[in-house]
Amino acid sequence: MAPALKLVSPAPIEAARPAIEVAHLTKAFYDSEGDRVTLAVSDVSFSVAPGEFVCIVGPSGCGKTTVLRILADLEQKLSGTVALHSATPPAMVFQEASVLPWLTVAENIAFPLSLKGVSRAEQDKRVAELLALTGLTDFAKARPHQLSGGMKQRVSVARALVDDRDILLMDEPFGALDEQTRLTLQQELLRIWETTGKTVVFITHSVDEALTLADRVLVMSPRPGTLVADLKVPFERPRDVVEMRRDKCFWDLTYEVWHLLASPARA
Amino acid sequence: MSAVPATLTEDELRRLKAPARRERWFGLASYFSPLLLLLLWEVSSQLNLIDRRFFPAPSAIAETAWRMVLSFELFDHIGATLRRVGVGYAMGAVPGIVMGLILGLSRPTRRLLGPIFSALYPVPKIAILPLILLIFGVGDASKFVVIAIGVFFLMLYNTMSGVMQTPQIYMDVAKNAGASRFQTFRRIAFPAALPSIFTGLKLAAGSSYIIIAAAEFLGARSGVGFFIWASWQTFAVSRMFVGIVVISAMGYLTILALEALERRFVPWAKH
Repeated sequence: MAPALKLVSPAPIEAARPAIEVAHLTKAFYDSEGDRVTLAVSDVSFSVAPGEFVCIVGPSGCGKTTVLRILADLEQKLSGTVALHSATPPAMVFQEASVLPWLTVAENIAFPLSLKGVSRAEQDKRVAELLALTGLTDFAKARPHQLSGGMKQRVSVARALVDDRDILLMDEPFGALDEQTRLTLQQELLRIWETTGKTVVFITHSVDEALTLADRVLVMSPRPGTLVADLKVPFERPRDVVEMRRDKCFWDLTYEVWHLLASPARA
Repeated sequence: MSAVPATLTEDELRRLKAPARRERWFGLASYFSPLLLLLLWEVSSQLNLIDRRFFPAPSAIAETAWRMVLSFELFDHIGATLRRVGVGYAMGAVPGIVMGLILGLSRPTRRLLGPIFSALYPVPKIAILPLILLIFGVGDASKFVVIAIGVFFLMLYNTMSGVMQTPQIYMDVAKNAGASRFQTFRRIAFPAALPSIFTGLKLAAGSSYIIIAAAEFLGARSGVGFFIWASWQTFAVSRMFVGIVVISAMGYLTILALEALERRFVPWAKH
């Protein structure tokens, strides 16, 4: 494991074989005490091409995180099919602070490698690359409690990239950050994505964030979550997260998505 | 006087710093308040305000202690008690921690074995001492066992709750990173439970000394507990107080040592 960073431009989209195929996915939760069934996700189908950046946007509680957790095999689906065409299992960047408090920044990033018995020298080399990529080099020996929220999420991103898996699943990674930090990290994520060519599924409740990052935006309705739209985001790459806001098209799309979110029945 | 903004007047600065100064004063005073109690005791005893047969003056107790230090009499007892507590503690703590990790991680095991431990836990350890003396004899083995039993349960429950309080997200991180069950156990559950494990270790240290004192009252020919009991029987009240102070100090120092270990191994706990 742990080959060097792939320095390729985003892979050309193969029409034949998507990286992720989800068909008629349904998920429900059962509360045995109240004998209550909650339908979280209902009949969701979509696919993601290799190297594509897809955002799923929807209100809180619409089941978008559940979809992602099923993709990551952290949750069992009730019915439908989920297929990942990838040589490696997907890597996840979590919502909250998922940085392990008893490890240093460098040890957190090395965590997936250390589980696989990769040699120390190899781990150190790979971790140094990722520290540089995420701008954490000066914090290698810091403990998580010494870091800001933005720094912690950089660590999460670096950890998800360290063993170079093909698919990156991101569950509102920047949701708890302030606007400025968020914008900075979005720009960095785009830069990293452009250099590594990963397939990304990114969950967010922010329309703005989805349009900033994605090739395609999937819009989900409130519970039970279903897909109400699949929009192409036409902005050219590489993107500048500030400059792209001068484009009228950005605001037209923003309006369109808000329109869908405000009245899912009309879609 | 390094970082004083020029915009604040002398008076403003004085008022700004007043609470901190008061806090320092109280901090200093808090060291001396126990000494005040000791002084009150000394004076009351000297003036015969309290019964000197029951409460000899602290100075008299100190004198007895000093004589015993010079005659090396007490050190054998301290050694005997420390050995019993040390061995029994280790015998209880290690299986308690391991079992706590297993029960915390595995819901089926918890459902299955949990009720057994819940049923045994409330039995007072001193209540089963006669049984243990019967099985293991009056030697050190019975002391090891009774302490081990007390420590085991405290470690089991503290470790288990530590594991069960581990944020689910750490488990998800481990699974997503490809951790095996054993790796999740060692790399996630154990460090996540460490703060609770140390809480358990400190509680267990305190209860070890309670148990050993009682056990040595009843079934021993050495140890600080035996010394206290023997002093009572000969009505040597000063010596009895020396024993009480010594065993209290042993407990206190043990907890201090554990706290030092905690700061060393759980530097993230307070954040």
